[in-house]
Amino acid sequence: MSTDVLICGAGRTPFGRSEAAGRQLAVAAVNAALADAGIAWPRVRAAFGGSDSAGLADTLVAQLGLTGLPFVNVKNGCATGGSALISAVNAIRSGMADVVLAVGFDKHPRGAFDPRPEDWGLGAEYGSDGLMVTTQFFGMKIQRYMLDHGITPRTLALVAEKAYRNGGLTPEAWRREPVSAAEILESGMVSDPLTRFMFCSPGAGAAALVLCSPEAARAMDGTPVTLRSAAVRTRRFGSFEVFSPWIPGGTLTSVSRDASAAAFEEAGLGPGDVDVCQLQDTESGAEVMHMAECGFCEDGEQERLIASGATAIGGTLPVNTDGGCIANGEPIGASGLRQVYEVVQQLRGRAGERQVPDRPRIGFTHVYGAPGVSACTVLSR
Amino acid sequence: MTTDPRSPAAGGLQGARCSGCSVTVYPADDTCPRCGGPADPAALQGTGTLWTWTVQRYAPKSPPYQAPPGGFEPFALGYVELAEGVRVAAVLDVEDLDAVRIGMPLSVTAGPGVPRARPTPLSEEGS
Repeated sequence: MSTDVLICGAGRTPFGRSEAAGRQLAVAAVNAALADAGIAWPRVRAAFGGSDSAGLADTLVAQLGLTGLPFVNVKNGCATGGSALISAVNAIRSGMADVVLAVGFDKHPRGAFDPRPEDWGLGAEYGSDGLMVTTQFFGMKIQRYMLDHGITPRTLALVAEKAYRNGGLTPEAWRREPVSAAEILESGMVSDPLTRFMFCSPGAGAAALVLCSPEAARAMDGTPVTLRSAAVRTRRFGSFEVFSPWIPGGTLTSVSRDASAAAFEEAGLGPGDVDVCQLQDTESGAEVMHMAECGFCEDGEQERLIASGATAIGGTLPVNTDGGCIANGEPIGASGLRQVYEVVQQLRGRAGERQVPDRPRIGFTHVYGAPGVSACTVLSR
Repeated sequence: MTTDPRSPAAGGLQGARCSGCSVTVYPADDTCPRCGGPADPAALQGTGTLWTWTVQRYAPKSPPYQAPPGGFEPFALGYVELAEGVRVAAVLDVEDLDAVRIGMPLSVTAGPGVPRARPTPLSEEGS
């Protein structure tokens, strides 16, 4: 069986709008993670990191220190952080290095992303006719899901209401004011059935982790968390993804289902063992569907679970305890590592006002993005 | 060799079908995305039902979006599930955005831009 990998340091910056450059945010997050682990930069023997649109991670050595370590750039869309993490895990397991950094950062302009059709292998007409808009995909996926599984708009509003409530308990979150379900429903339709306050916004931020072999961790003072597994998958035939001119008929496949199942299998645990989780919530509908795709409930059970408060911090399955993407915004490269940062704090019992009660032992993270990539981790203390 | 989906029969949807695994795709492609085998051109009927939809409520960023001469107006879009078993993304040319429903019968045609779908006249539905 593979070697255990321990997370000895975790750091993040506030997310939102920032005067600082994306690279400056990255340096701040790395320094926070190093301080958390109680080590200095020269102790790091390899690094993996990336951003979608805020520069090259390997250039951070100019600020961190020119120690000569191997530093690999990762560019994997919304899964950038997750892919950097898995690369770091493999570097430790292969014996390449015993102390490894994973860092993700980004800084995006206001408004929705504006991808170019030619980058996606699509004709120019998909851009000129207005179909290169990510929010359309999110609206269409949950629209069908609501009909098939009896999910109501009020449930979508409750997901966002919880996100803003948890954001208010998270000092580094962007959206920290409570917003009621009624206000969320009335905030203006963006892409039916999703309203403005149900969406996260592209923003700025950075997160970093220091990962160690068991031997290296023993020489450090902090409180390590064990990374029981980390899995990344790309879509199989039959999935429904953003910017698809067509999708196959029949039952949909899900890359999140595949990645989460692989992570649970590698960890030797199941969704029922999880005490706290982070699920990709680009918008309210994504959190609802990912609850089922990651195995935490059957399709349609979300309607009852969410209304009953099961996914709140004091519930049976707390989801997105830091407010998720909806309250933190989405710096693409940083999101996946922010999720791991949050679960690490929860498992250490250091999550402050948003701490899940009764000392959670097992945590789970799930990131999902275009064009059908998902990375999942299982963590334990 | 790639087939231009807009060049064949006026208004017809030119897709492709894999002889190995019977997967139908749109637009036409040389290879099957499931098995990687060769795919043959196939004319799609273009009639089907709405599988899912949304409304684009705000003007997309320009470029790449080009607003029509009269300026941006909210428009519906969705996936139309065709008899051939493929769901095709299309702009929905409907009179009333509030009347769009999953399951409504639609006819999809190819033109100078992305596919467009219009409500199928009752006489063509066989009802």
